Amino acid sequence: MPAASTLQRTPLYARHLALGAKTIDFGGWDMPVQYSSILEEHKAVRERVGLFDVSHMGEIEIDGPEALALVNYVTTNDAAKLKDGQAQYSALLYPHGGFVDDILVHRVDENHYFLCVNASNQDKDFAHILEHSLDSHGRERFQAKAAFVSGNYAQLAVQGPRSLELVQELCDAPLADIRYYHFIDGTAAGLPARIARTGYTGEDGFELYVKPADSPALWDLLLDKGRAYGILPCGLGARNTLRLESAYPLYGHEIDASILPPEAGLNWIVKPAKGEFVGRDQVVEKLEEGVWRKLAGFEMVGRGIARDGYPVLADGSAVGWVTSGGPSPTLGRNIGLCYLPEEIAEEGRSIEIQIRNQPVEARVVKTPFYKREKP
Amino acid sequence: MSNYPANFRYTKEHEWVLVEGDTGTVGITDHAQSELGDIVYVDLPQVGSTMTQGETFGSVESVKAVSDLYAPVSGDVIAINDALAQSPEKLNSDPHGEAWLVKVKLSHPDEVQPLLSAEDYQSYIEG
Repeated sequence: MPAASTLQRTPLYARHLALGAKTIDFGGWDMPVQYSSILEEHKAVRERVGLFDVSHMGEIEIDGPEALALVNYVTTNDAAKLKDGQAQYSALLYPHGGFVDDILVHRVDENHYFLCVNASNQDKDFAHILEHSLDSHGRERFQAKAAFVSGNYAQLAVQGPRSLELVQELCDAPLADIRYYHFIDGTAAGLPARIARTGYTGEDGFELYVKPADSPALWDLLLDKGRAYGILPCGLGARNTLRLESAYPLYGHEIDASILPPEAGLNWIVKPAKGEFVGRDQVVEKLEEGVWRKLAGFEMVGRGIARDGYPVLADGSAVGWVTSGGPSPTLGRNIGLCYLPEEIAEEGRSIEIQIRNQPVEARVVKTPFYKREKP
Repeated sequence: MSNYPANFRYTKEHEWVLVEGDTGTVGITDHAQSELGDIVYVDLPQVGSTMTQGETFGSVESVKAVSDLYAPVSGDVIAINDALAQSPEKLNSDPHGEAWLVKVKLSHPDEVQPLLSAEDYQSYIEG
């Protein structure tokens, strides 16, 4: 682990310390893991509202008359389907089909796309996009430029069933009109903000992209106004238990360079019909021949908590590994995700998780583990 | 400021032991529970098993991580705190009292001598 002084900090770092947060090294960033209690923060998001600093996330802009062509060449989903003010979940792949990263693509307008990428992957993602924007002769494939703009944005995530009411208090625009996976460029508390109805918790909510210098004032105001709704500042600990209940992948766990989209259950973000893109041939081949391993959900039957990296056994033989595991605060059970041979990844199948040299019974269950009731 | 009982002895791995006669009661410190966060699972040895100073005798798990328990003293386990299986969160609320982990019959009572006093432990965690 690098010394604390070499870790990057978000513009809200002083706020986190003042709130008594415990911080951890997350991909080179000194980030709050919890303020009060992961269980309480988790509950706040499921039942009320929580506020997360996710300013460590990276941002990349792609601009130019052929911006769409470049976006579609480096990502897996079909950005041509997007309208202005719409976002989609997508991925960057290596030529061999493994994940560079999973990302959100926002269409600002036809010449301007905005990508939100994982913090620890942002430099690699940008280099990857630059590399593949050139052809084998070093010429630009498209009339479009990618720009690394993470330094221009702080990002606050307001998540939970009361998010709409809270964020609306700070905004003039009617936020109820922003549909899920859509966004507007407006203002929050009078400050310029990109207001997206997106999130990583499985609840309704907003992700607010603002200037770094504006973020402390917005943070303070959200906490202040949020008090009436029972808001809690939430750290990466709750962010992880929330996303695990929703079975959202986390880079470095469910997906990485060695995993292809069909294995991760992410065929739905791969659109070979749109034409050529980096990694397409390998993914299509995999789709045709079928995958030998598949991401599956499980819950513990015996006593014990599965953790990342623990081996998975079936009939006494090692057959896979846990990618993420832990307690589910909402369900009150111990859950996890794992890679298994396809024939074993069947709902109800009994498996065992090797927990510190002790096989403990578990069973394959369908995902997501938790799904909110839509109003 | 946390209150570390003066009659306990402490380890740098954040366990405590209270010696009464030839019996040692073992637990984790307030600092340990605070660092771990919400504790959701406790794995303790069986009554009748033996533990050895400095070696693991079980584990506690918080929402985010698993942490080994290291024996502050050697001896035979004569009681475990069964209530923790149902209510592991007691380790967060009362780590120096109700949420003791195990009681052991000390096999080497002199092992307690080099352990930290409350004052030394407090300096250690504040260091």
